[in-house]
Amino acid sequence: MPPLIPATLLMLAPLAAQAQDTLNFYNWSDYIADGTLPGFEEAAGIEVNYDVFDSNEVVEARMLTGNTGYDLVVPSLEFMARQAQAGVFQPIDKSRISTYGNLDPEILRIVSGNDAGNTYGVPYMMYSIGPGYNVEMVSERLPDANTDSWSLVFDPANAEALADCGIALLDSPSEITAAALNYLELDPTSEDAGDLEQAMELLEGIRPHIRYFHSSQYINDLANGDICLAVGYSGDILQAKERAAEAGQGVDIRYVIPEEGAQLGFDMMVIPADAPNPGAAHAFIEYFLQPEVTAAISDAVFYANANKAATPLVSAEVRDDPGIYPPEATLSRMYSAEPHSARYDRALTRAWTTLKTGR
Amino acid sequence: MRRLVALAPLLWLGLFFLAPFAVLLKISLSEPAIAQPPYLPLAEWADGIATVTLNLGNYIFLGEDPLYLLSYLSSARIAAVSTLITLLIGYPMAYVIARARPGRQGVLLMLVILPFWTSFLLRVYAWIGILKGNGILNNLLLWLGLIDAPLVLIQTELAVHLGIVYTYLPFMILPLYASLSRLDGALLEAAADLGARPLTTFATVTLPLSRPGIVAGSMLVFIPAVGEYVIPALLGGPDTLMIGSVLWNEFFLNRDWPVASAVAIVMVVVLALPIAVLRRAQGGDA
Repeated sequence: MPPLIPATLLMLAPLAAQAQDTLNFYNWSDYIADGTLPGFEEAAGIEVNYDVFDSNEVVEARMLTGNTGYDLVVPSLEFMARQAQAGVFQPIDKSRISTYGNLDPEILRIVSGNDAGNTYGVPYMMYSIGPGYNVEMVSERLPDANTDSWSLVFDPANAEALADCGIALLDSPSEITAAALNYLELDPTSEDAGDLEQAMELLEGIRPHIRYFHSSQYINDLANGDICLAVGYSGDILQAKERAAEAGQGVDIRYVIPEEGAQLGFDMMVIPADAPNPGAAHAFIEYFLQPEVTAAISDAVFYANANKAATPLVSAEVRDDPGIYPPEATLSRMYSAEPHSARYDRALTRAWTTLKTGR
Repeated sequence: MRRLVALAPLLWLGLFFLAPFAVLLKISLSEPAIAQPPYLPLAEWADGIATVTLNLGNYIFLGEDPLYLLSYLSSARIAAVSTLITLLIGYPMAYVIARARPGRQGVLLMLVILPFWTSFLLRVYAWIGILKGNGILNNLLLWLGLIDAPLVLIQTELAVHLGIVYTYLPFMILPLYASLSRLDGALLEAAADLGARPLTTFATVTLPLSRPGIVAGSMLVFIPAVGEYVIPALLGGPDTLMIGSVLWNEFFLNRDWPVASAVAIVMVVVLALPIAVLRRAQGGDA
């Protein structure tokens, strides 16, 4: 993967030729195996133009503008739900996807809560949002802290102790606020003004100890030891762990789904209504749902998939990691996000700006 | 033919400034919606009746929340400080280039322009590598024993100033050079003959005569720096409040294109007015 270019700049990138045998694929950064695209190109005889993003908001702005030129896009479920209301997607033609039956019916059922009848989306990967930390740096500063709890970052005393080695939070108001609400034992999907105020009070308490808010930079920084704790996406933190291990500098990263629970999210493959080549998109989904293809991606990016037939093929290292495939007991404490009303989003963004800038 | 050539700047202005400005103005008078595009149309045609709805609420809203005023001011302050630093660094450089032998001037100017051959984004990324906690500068200082622990240089306002000064320095040097190289050397000799010391000559002859270059260079730096988004996003800290990031939030987080457009329109007006006044004060010689 190339180093991340701010997603807004990618919006200026010219779109490739829209030949009949081309798939224009817009996916999250660091979210695919090395062999996936070459394998698809060979198997289907379709060339792939691959672009990446690091924020749902950018995808949404592009989708709502229209004429993106993409055939396949991977927004998160709660964003996809709202975009579907604007009529920007076309229904998935399941009859053209012979491998559709590999999907776990239980996961399809959960997802259908935000995509009735699984009309528009096919699950790509699943993620959770939690703290990942540098084991050595944290145990040096906080030898007695409970590292399996959100208090590792949300308790101001702990955050203060870690401030010098660096704490990063996702620059995602909805996801961090939901985690704060959950920690306060409030409903993480609440749009209540009082609840938001309490969540912000909690975050204000640790704000002086946060080095930065960013949604992808922490992968490298965690791996290099530039920061010692990041609240981020499960697989991203585990990729940092992998990179740190490869670098051999003795940096050991650990990702936890805390005892209090965490957000469970789904990234969904969707086909824009104005996709130049929906046939190629269907062909890719069919290829993707082959068990060995999905399993290879999970192994490469450390995210769980929704492909039941692929689970036995996923390497034990990934499959048995409770941070990737949460055990039943943990699953019961997970929550998922819901699309927000415009009014709540405005209040949330405003509160987030105050949190970040103090104004 | 001559008239056609004179039309070119007008065409440029119309195509690349006025037309986008009109589109922004239109969106800023609309209301957000979950649709494609995500705002309501201004004019509706139903049963032979055209209804035009203009929503001024977005502009009123900007006045109600102090955030917008604060971010305009903060952007202007950061841009002004950076412009001043750029001027202080750029002026001596331009002076030396203008005073160099003609054969060398070309080489020196080339060196000023050369960094433009690399992508702006890559050069800003290079600063991340230099400034970060585990980066080149900190490691060098640690090695020299000047500091005991890495300094926090990145994600600070200092880094934003540095990025702006570094990126825009050539825009300051080139107009200054143009002004200074036109300076008649005989004037300086005359001042010296009449007993002025070098500093007096500089203050009373060189500086006033290079004023058009100072004004042009400062504008070329200040105007884009106010609206700068990439540099504060990559080098700035979470508390760096600039209008670019406020625009981003309105556009992406709130999905409120109308308010985002209103913020942009106000920025153009707020920036264009003082500049027009300044130009008038300069008697149009800038």
